[in-house]
Parts: sequence; structure tokens; C-alpha cells
Amino acid sequence: MSIFEYNGSALVAMVGKNCFAIASDRRLGVQLQTIATDFQRIFKIHDKLFLGLSGLGSDTQTLYQRLVFRHKLYQLREERDMKPETFASLVSAMLYEKRFGPYFCQPVIAGLGEDDKPFICTMDSIGAKELAKDFVVAGTASESLYGACESMFKPDMDHEELFETISQALISSVDRDCLSGWGGHVYVVTPTEVTERILKGRMD
Amino acid sequence: MECVFGMVGKGFALVVADSSAVNSILVHKSNEDKIMVLDSHKLMGASGEAGDRAQFTEYVQKNVALYQYRNNIPLTTKAAANFMRGELATALRKNPYMVNIVLAGYDKETGPSLYFIDYIATLHKVDKAAFGYGSYFALSMMDRHYHADMTVDEAIKLADQCIEEIRSRLVVAPQNFVIKIVDQDGAREHSWRRTTKD
Repeated sequence: MSIFEYNGSALVAMVGKNCFAIASDRRLGVQLQTIATDFQRIFKIHDKLFLGLSGLGSDTQTLYQRLVFRHKLYQLREERDMKPETFASLVSAMLYEKRFGPYFCQPVIAGLGEDDKPFICTMDSIGAKELAKDFVVAGTASESLYGACESMFKPDMDHEELFETISQALISSVDRDCLSGWGGHVYVVTPTEVTERILKGRMD
Repeated sequence: MECVFGMVGKGFALVVADSSAVNSILVHKSNEDKIMVLDSHKLMGASGEAGDRAQFTEYVQKNVALYQYRNNIPLTTKAAANFMRGELATALRKNPYMVNIVLAGYDKETGPSLYFIDYIATLHKVDKAAFGYGSYFALSMMDRHYHADMTVDEAIKLADQCIEEIRSRLVVAPQNFVIKIVDQDGAREHSWRRTTKD
């Protein structure tokens, strides 16, 4: 089994009209055994920037701690929050630093940039950025997620419809993947508010 | 095969570990204490490579004590767990500690808590945790019978059921088990479950 599949994960982010949504599964496993069903994969960097980390659980925790540290330093020096594009470049640089001994993580970055324009991107474990205008996926269920998102996505959805779409895409994809699932965790972010919801899917 | 498991009850947390020290087919001793008392209100049950286990647990215990001497205040369970995770993560890509840890603690403000720490430094706060081949039996028994806010008697009864499963269903089952408990009065040994005297 690949090291990326050791803990199991599923992540997806989607762009809507002046909003974005980011969702993850909740399973923490050790290969075939499930350890917990409330594992946190999506982290808030600031009110308009969320980071999802899939892959090896230990490296996601290490990487998250290092990134929060860098962002807090940035906030102290610049007296403002980091833009999503800048943060994505930071993550990419930090991952490439470990080119020959990488973090076994695939990040998904979603934020509201200048003028509250939604921004999403993903990258591989050595920092190759992939910007997208519609959706990005990561994790052990990524292949199913690509299919589900491609068929369910429409441009310019409002936040209610976006929540429904991303939830359906996540749940249907993780149901086909034994290493991810046990519910879902969805954040929908608009310029004025952040809504966090827990989904109940097939609890297996 | 080594096994450690633990659970949280009403105002306390419990850790159970086997007490065999094994080298290939030989059992060196069967009264090895694998649950270290970190400080007055923390228990650390560790399983894995014997040398790494002793080395890492003692290292953590001394550092936890040092923090208390320096800062005049004990570490919270969460802080101790994160310290352990940090040490394991730093060592992971140089000279990894092959130790799995169940950390149980009692804090005045937050009550009892239990942390699962993998040898790869995956940290997660849980209500029940188990490591080793025994985990396949212990986790299933706990999934069936565990509920929130159990009393000490209920938790001990569940621990006994888990031990019984491990003894009857695991081919090379450990002979003796030790049960330790931590609550507002502190961390202490609760009892042993022996099949052989040592």
C-alpha cells in the first residue's frame, strides 16, 4: 500500500458565485483499521482562506503547524492576512524545499482573494500547483471525485446550491472508496459568513 | 504480541497494557510495566520496539518534569501529547522511534482525556484507543459496549471483557495485563490480571 493511502482521505473544493466550498471526509484509519471518525482535515488559516490537507495524517499535522507559524509571522510583519494566491505559493515553496524527502501530503487551498473573487488550487506532494476555475480534488477518493464533480458542477452557483452539489459529490465518491468516508465536513464561505456543516453518509 | 488499550470514563481515564517482554520465541519476563506514570495526573501506555519504548518514554517523562520545574506549572495532557508528537515527528525522518502511545490524563479544567499517538506521529484525541494485534479484539469489544460517562466499575468490566477476548482469540496472547487509572486524585496502578506468577 502506498504511503499516501496509509490513513485515507478525500478532499474537494468548488467555486461558486462570489463564494467557495471546501469539503473533506472524516475518517482516520491505519490501513484497513478505522481509528477515528472525527478527524479534522480542513483548517482555517484566516476568515477567507481555508487549507485542506490529504495524505499521511502525521505530515498533514506537521505541515499545518508549520504553515500556521509562517502565516502568523506574515501577519505580524505585514499587518494583514495573506492573499490566497500568495499562500498557495508559500505552500508550494515549502513542499519543494523537501523535494528529495517530501511531505506525503496533497494540499487543497481555497480562499476569497482581491474583491472577494474565489480562488482554489491544489498541488502534488512536491508543490506543483494546479489552478482551476471550477473544482479541485485530492485524496484516495480523487478519481471518483473527479467524475462526480465533472458531472455535477455548474458555474456560478449560489452558496445554497453549491453546498448541495459539493456534498453530493463528496458522499457519492467516498462511498466507492473504502479508505475514506464516515461522514463529511463542509465549509461554505461567502464574503460575509462561513458556514460549517457535518454530513452523515454511509458510516462505513 | 504486545497490546495497549485505553478508554475515557466519567471523571477518569483507563489504560491497560500487557506485561510481557519477548524476544523471538522467548518470554524474558511477564511483569514488565509498560504504562509509565508521566506525572501526578498522566499515564502513558507504550507499545513497540522494546529499546525505543524505554528510551522514548523516559525521555518524555524527564522533559515533562523539567517543564514543571522551570515553569512551576504542570503541562496539560494536550500539551504533553503535542510535545510527544513533535518529538516523534522530528525523529521520524532521521531515526524513528517505533513506539505507539496511548496517553491518558486528567486536567482540572477539562477533565479526563485520551490521546492516540502513532509511531508515525499521528495525533488524535479519542474516547477509546488500542494498539497491536490485540486492538482488533479490544476495539471491537469497546465499539460494542463502550458508552460515554461509564463508571469505574463498568470500565473495568469492559477492560476485563477485552482482556478475555485477547486471551481466548489471539494465538500468542500475552500472559499478564496491568490496569492503571487516572482521575482527579491522580494516576495510579489499579490492578493486575495474571495467568502466570513472576
